[in-house]
This record gives sequence, structure tokens and C-alpha cells, in this order.
Amino acid sequence: MFGYLRVFLMVALLAGVAAGVVNWGLQMLGTAPLILAAEVYEASAPAEPAAQTTTHTHEDGSAHTHDAEAWAPADGWERNLYTLGANLVTGVGYAFLLTAAIVFFGKGADWRRGILWGLAGFACFSLAPSLGLPPELPGTEAAPLVERQIWWIGTVIATAAGLYVAARLRNIAGYAIAVVLIALPHVIGAPHPETPGGLAPEELEQKFILVAIAVSLVFWLVLGMLTGAFFKRYATDEAAAA
Amino acid sequence: MNQIRSVTQTGSKLNARSAALAAAMILAVFGGVFVYGIGFAGADVLHNAAHDARHANNFPCH
Repeated sequence: MFGYLRVFLMVALLAGVAAGVVNWGLQMLGTAPLILAAEVYEASAPAEPAAQTTTHTHEDGSAHTHDAEAWAPADGWERNLYTLGANLVTGVGYAFLLTAAIVFFGKGADWRRGILWGLAGFACFSLAPSLGLPPELPGTEAAPLVERQIWWIGTVIATAAGLYVAARLRNIAGYAIAVVLIALPHVIGAPHPETPGGLAPEELEQKFILVAIAVSLVFWLVLGMLTGAFFKRYATDEAAAA
Repeated sequence: MNQIRSVTQTGSKLNARSAALAAAMILAVFGGVFVYGIGFAGADVLHNAAHDARHANNFPCH
């Protein structure tokens, strides 16, 4: 088992770090300037007085306190470096999940199949959640966080399960089950705020949604392709790809 | 004799497959923990550090 673990770790780390760096680079060019632009509106909003701590109550009645004193990276290179770190962990995390999925599925991978795996990952973790909860700029009104997180995770699981059933069965019944599973979270509906809107102009928000989804697509394609290629190179053994 | 050999081979193939699956399971757990930590964990400091990546990677935020 440890032999396999070592090989899978290597595959996932190589692919995850590389894709994480690519993701970060694209975010620096694409999404980061839009986030900074939106924060100008957020900072000038009169909603919160200049107190050290602010307690506010959410729609669900839960109150919590944002500590203005909580550490945050300074704007500029420090902030961008933390974004790089976060993207590395995200890339490696997704690479772990993707590599595990390839092993569970049991058909092996190469860079071509990897592209399909990447598209599947994009569909599950990015596209499907975005249909109900589009990427948001800072300062956008949103439903209570926990409700959105539950919907997000449920949507990922339902979409992944749908794609799995379709890919495994490859018949009418399989595709029908897949459609039901993939549609289910959207029929239930994502949690939305009672008063939608945001501080940033609508145009900026729309642009952010498009750029964030496009960057995410490239990230997943790179991650899938690299994971597939490294899997073929290091992990193609009958048991890993039974 | 041949039969015995093929049975043993099938057995070790199954063992190897279980070992690969066990290793993949460990990977999946850690992958889930990493993604959760970056995308969902509530601590203010974690949130602030991962803020821009959370927004760009479309994790529910704030």
C-alpha cells in the first residue's frame, strides 16, 4: 500500500503544484485586479462604522463578530504570496481527489483522458456550483454562509455522482439517472439573499463571473492533463489502473 | 499445477488492487481536508489569508 501511496502522492503533488501556480498566475492577471476594484466600493461603503470590531446579525438570526484586528496579509506582494499559497494547497487538494478518482474508476489515465477528467472536475467543482452561486466579488449580498456551503458541497457530490453513473453504465438508464442527479440541486435551488445586490457595479460583477469561470476552466484542464500524463508515466500498473 | 498458479496470481492481483484502493482512499481524505481548509474553514485568519483565492475559485465566502 505504501508503494502505491508514494507513487500517487508524487503524481498528485507534481500536477497539483504546477496547476496551482498556473491558477495563481491567471488569477493575478484576471481576477485579482477586479477584486481590488470591488474593494474600493466596499471600503467606501458607509454601512459599518469605523469600530474595531463589528457584530452583525445574519438573516438566519445568528450573530457573529468580525474582528477588525484579525491578522490579514498586507496588500501587495504579501497578499499575492498568500494567494499563491492558498492556490497551491487548493491545487494539491484537487489533485489528490482527482488522482484518487482515477484509481477508484480503475481505467488508468493519460493526458488525453486527463483532459476529460479535468472537464469532469470543472463541471463538478466550478460550473455546477456557479450556476446557482456565481463567483462573487467582495461586498456582494449573499444568503447565510452555512446554507451556501451546504448547497455547494451537495451540488459537487450530486454532479460527481451523476457523471460517475453516466460514465459507468453508459446506457439510457445511466444517462437518465445522471440527468436527475445533476439537475437535482438546481431544482432544489441555491440559497439566495432576500435583498440581492452588491456594492460593486453590476458590470464589474458580470466581468468577474466570466473571468473567474474561464480561469477555473483553464486550471482544471491543466490539472487534468498533467494528472493524466503523470499517472501514465508513474502509476500505470495493473492494480492502479485495473 | 497451472490452476494453482493462476489462483495465486489472481489472489495477489486482488491484494494489489486493494492496496491501490486503500492508498487512493488516504489521498481522497487528505484532498478533502486540504480543499475544506482552504475553501470552507471559518477561522478569520485562514479566511483573510486565502481570501482572494476563495473568491476566484468560487468557494462560498463571507
